[in-house]
Amino acid sequence: MTDTASDDPSRHSDTAPGAEFGEEDVGEGFRAYVMGLALASLLTVASFITVKFHFVYAPAIPVALFTFAIAQMGVHLVFFLHITTGPDNINNSMALAFGVLIVFLLMGGSLWIMSHLNGNMQLMNPYMQMHEMHMQQASPDQPDQQLMPPLPPDRQPAGKAPQP
Amino acid sequence: MTSGTAALPSGGAKRRHDPNRLGHLSGGQGTSRASGHGTGGPAPKRIVVGYGFWLFILSDIVMFSAFFASYAVLHNGTDGGPDGRELFDLGNTAVETGCLLLSSFTCGLASLAVIVRRKLAFYAAMAVTGLLGATFIGLEANEFAGLVMKGDGPDRSAFLSSFFSLVGLHGIHVSIGLLWLLTMMAQVFAKGFRSDINRRVMCFALFWHALDIVWVALFTVVYLMGVLA
Repeated sequence: MTDTASDDPSRHSDTAPGAEFGEEDVGEGFRAYVMGLALASLLTVASFITVKFHFVYAPAIPVALFTFAIAQMGVHLVFFLHITTGPDNINNSMALAFGVLIVFLLMGGSLWIMSHLNGNMQLMNPYMQMHEMHMQQASPDQPDQQLMPPLPPDRQPAGKAPQP
Repeated sequence: MTSGTAALPSGGAKRRHDPNRLGHLSGGQGTSRASGHGTGGPAPKRIVVGYGFWLFILSDIVMFSAFFASYAVLHNGTDGGPDGRELFDLGNTAVETGCLLLSSFTCGLASLAVIVRRKLAFYAAMAVTGLLGATFIGLEANEFAGLVMKGDGPDRSAFLSSFFSLVGLHGIHVSIGLLWLLTMMAQVFAKGFRSDINRRVMCFALFWHALDIVWVALFTVVYLMGVLA
């Protein structure tokens, strides 16, 4: 590895750090791995410190963690896996983009659907909470208490006369 | 493609000026050799094999995302049992993370040792990679055993079921990676740096680095966010 290689203005810039080198350029590959290790360690330590010492505004901590994680995945992709958009690598990048799309559909879709499901379940909540309240009030010596006690008169649905 | 150096870049001086043989430089250096550029012809086998294995890794990551999705949906379902804040030990997770990150680095060094054809450096780097991976698996097994002993096994709650499936799936991948690592050391020992063996080592390196990427998502979503919750 000579210094002239990196100073060469005609050097192509579309190769990943450490991806393409001849036998005499192994030092460059080594430097790429060292830089990847340094950046990844920095981001990992940042994540753990953020959680451990709470020096970030508390509601922003998850956002900070996701930022660090995505940045670290990018560092791994570039410095360790050597994914680029170079001519020999464009298929890999397209496959990665497709993979990311599927991952986002799968995770986002699951969370979206399940949160809506939870939301729909919560529509029943006023009635269910009251039911649970009545169940708690029931003393243990009344085992044959009605499963679903009648609603109080002021909460009866419209059009139904209150029960005597 | 049977000679030892055929699968790896050669002709350093020319490559430095036009690494992908595009022939687009002012001096018209080099002829176009990159695939998909007319005169390029088929891509080198190293590129094709790498692409195929990259597709496998992406499908593996899609599988992981399904486990992540189930964890994200179920992580509040503790059924009155312990949650992440009571169970997770961040110190343990930090050591596991350090092991995996360093092993990713030494795995990269092993790839470099293949390029310069240094057997001793290759064995040393792979051995360190394997030891760090084994330490990771040991720590994780220890954590799992501790949880099960306390009665917080996967049968305790939906949260713990999804936790054990997700983290355990990653652990199984690392264990398989360790077996593969030993196989690659044995193959290099028995057959030397043949071009097909070199491609297998390249695939192993891709697999190992990809596992580290999954672990980044895992320690962020499961452990760090779990301790916050």
